Amino acid sequence: MPVQMPDINLGLMLPEILVTLLAMVLLLLSAWYGKEGRGTIGWMSIFGIGLAALAVMASGGSGETTFGGMFVDDQFARYMKLLICIATALPLLISLTYVRDHKMDGGEYYVIILFSMLGGMLMISAGDFIMLYLGLELMSLSIYILAAFKRGDVKSSEAGLKYFILGSLASGVLLYGISLIYGSIGSVAFTDVAHFLANAHGHVSPVIGLGMVMIIGGLSFKIAAAPFHMWAPDVYEGAPTSITALMGVMPKVAAFAVLYRVLLIAFPAMHDQWGPLLQFMAVASMAVGSFAAIAQTNIKRMLAYSSIGHVGFLLIGLAAGTSDGLQSVLIYLTIYVFMSTGAFALVLILNQDGIGDNLTDYKGLAKKRPYLALLMATFMFSMGGIPPLAGFIGKLYVFMAAVKAGMITIAIVGVLFSAVGAFYYLRVVKYMYFDEAESPFSMEVSSTSQAVVVLSGVIMLIWGIFPGSLLEWTETSVRIFQ
Amino acid sequence: MSLNHYLVLSALLFTIGVFGIFLNRRNVIIIMMSIELILLSVNINFVAFSSYMGNVDGQIMTFFVLTVAAAEAAIGLAILVTFFRNRATIDVEEIDTLKG
Repeated sequence: MPVQMPDINLGLMLPEILVTLLAMVLLLLSAWYGKEGRGTIGWMSIFGIGLAALAVMASGGSGETTFGGMFVDDQFARYMKLLICIATALPLLISLTYVRDHKMDGGEYYVIILFSMLGGMLMISAGDFIMLYLGLELMSLSIYILAAFKRGDVKSSEAGLKYFILGSLASGVLLYGISLIYGSIGSVAFTDVAHFLANAHGHVSPVIGLGMVMIIGGLSFKIAAAPFHMWAPDVYEGAPTSITALMGVMPKVAAFAVLYRVLLIAFPAMHDQWGPLLQFMAVASMAVGSFAAIAQTNIKRMLAYSSIGHVGFLLIGLAAGTSDGLQSVLIYLTIYVFMSTGAFALVLILNQDGIGDNLTDYKGLAKKRPYLALLMATFMFSMGGIPPLAGFIGKLYVFMAAVKAGMITIAIVGVLFSAVGAFYYLRVVKYMYFDEAESPFSMEVSSTSQAVVVLSGVIMLIWGIFPGSLLEWTETSVRIFQ
Repeated sequence: MSLNHYLVLSALLFTIGVFGIFLNRRNVIIIMMSIELILLSVNINFVAFSSYMGNVDGQIMTFFVLTVAAAEAAIGLAILVTFFRNRATIDVEEIDTLKG
């Protein structure tokens, strides 16, 4: 039987190929260099991510597919890949000194981060469930390793173990969902699923619904949306802080991109079913994020709950399913990448000398280190959604989209939870500005961390006041879903 | 053996796997075995559907799942070894340093 090869256009995959080559070369180099050149490997990986970002920008984004439809290159993929490059490069920049001080700077640290980013990029461009699964596993498996990277540390290895067990269960559920969809439709391509559902005219077998719910459940685990969030606080607390910073943003960008593709390319015909499901998860995530965070004393746990809350707001926009809703999710996600990385960078800076894990360690920071305190306050205000900072713009567009889509109750609930959330963000500010210092704050601030923090802080201000450019970029990227 | 037999078998294995993770209070190795069971039940599903429909996609997916499952088991065991070195136990009840 003659085998027909599909046309393969490797040019579309140039960014992915670059990252793969880079990771493999760096792995060899780190073995070659031995102990001395580890910092160099870090800089090379950041430089390589920059190259990949340039390749993404140079790509056409024309909507072409390759590998028989498995790999899609469109405007949306372009935008999300740029975002994931930023979401990986910023945590890498702040971790350069951290990994040196904590003696976990084998070259493999950077290489595994590169592989997890590669998995994320493949997820973003996925055109069928096989690519989705492979990208997801490449990303997740790398992050399991990274969470357990401080080998001698009880908390880190426990975080890795917990994340691994629950993550594997989530992948299993996702896969079972995919197998049900495949069995009912006879294809794993997103476009075939959409075609089948469009021709079914609402007479869809419950097996497809069950498969879809299982797929959504598996992906919600990766974004830590309630009720699939239980792992997040433990893993965020236990993992090395530089990895927590990465985990807070990078997998979320990739998983949201793939949720977009699954829900809006494969299952747009079933919006009536998945819309309410996402609304429920949004409300649950916002509730967990707001109320559970109040009780936390550890700042990493608090930020973990805060990220669950942010995912709730993001899900509102996705649940709306309108073009405004999709655009608002991208706006929020972009702002969140900078906001979260900035906050974690400050936690990382303060983490020296064993201080900075507890919220009370921040007491009196404003008197000793006024600039750091000001920046931390900026991120906290922005996360709380207080104008004129960017976090407010993100929330505003999400709520506007929800109201336009007729989800007025959800929008009101969201505003209320946002007010509850402001309480624990402001508590950090209160500790910093109105309490007496207990720790000496004698830490050194490396220039790269400083650059990341200042950049993120400035971006909070700029997008808070002039969000025009962000609106323009996101508008073109969601156009493919219409 | 009809398609239904395979699907029921696969659903049973999947359920046993999920219960193995949640009801097991003894040993992390048993959790690893349950995870493998879940992935293999999915494979049965894919192969059964693939053979029933005469469509090869499902069998390709099965190969990928097998490969990933091998990598996953390797990584899981490696993490478990580091955990054992730190705590000298792999009791599920003892995994309790992190809580809030």
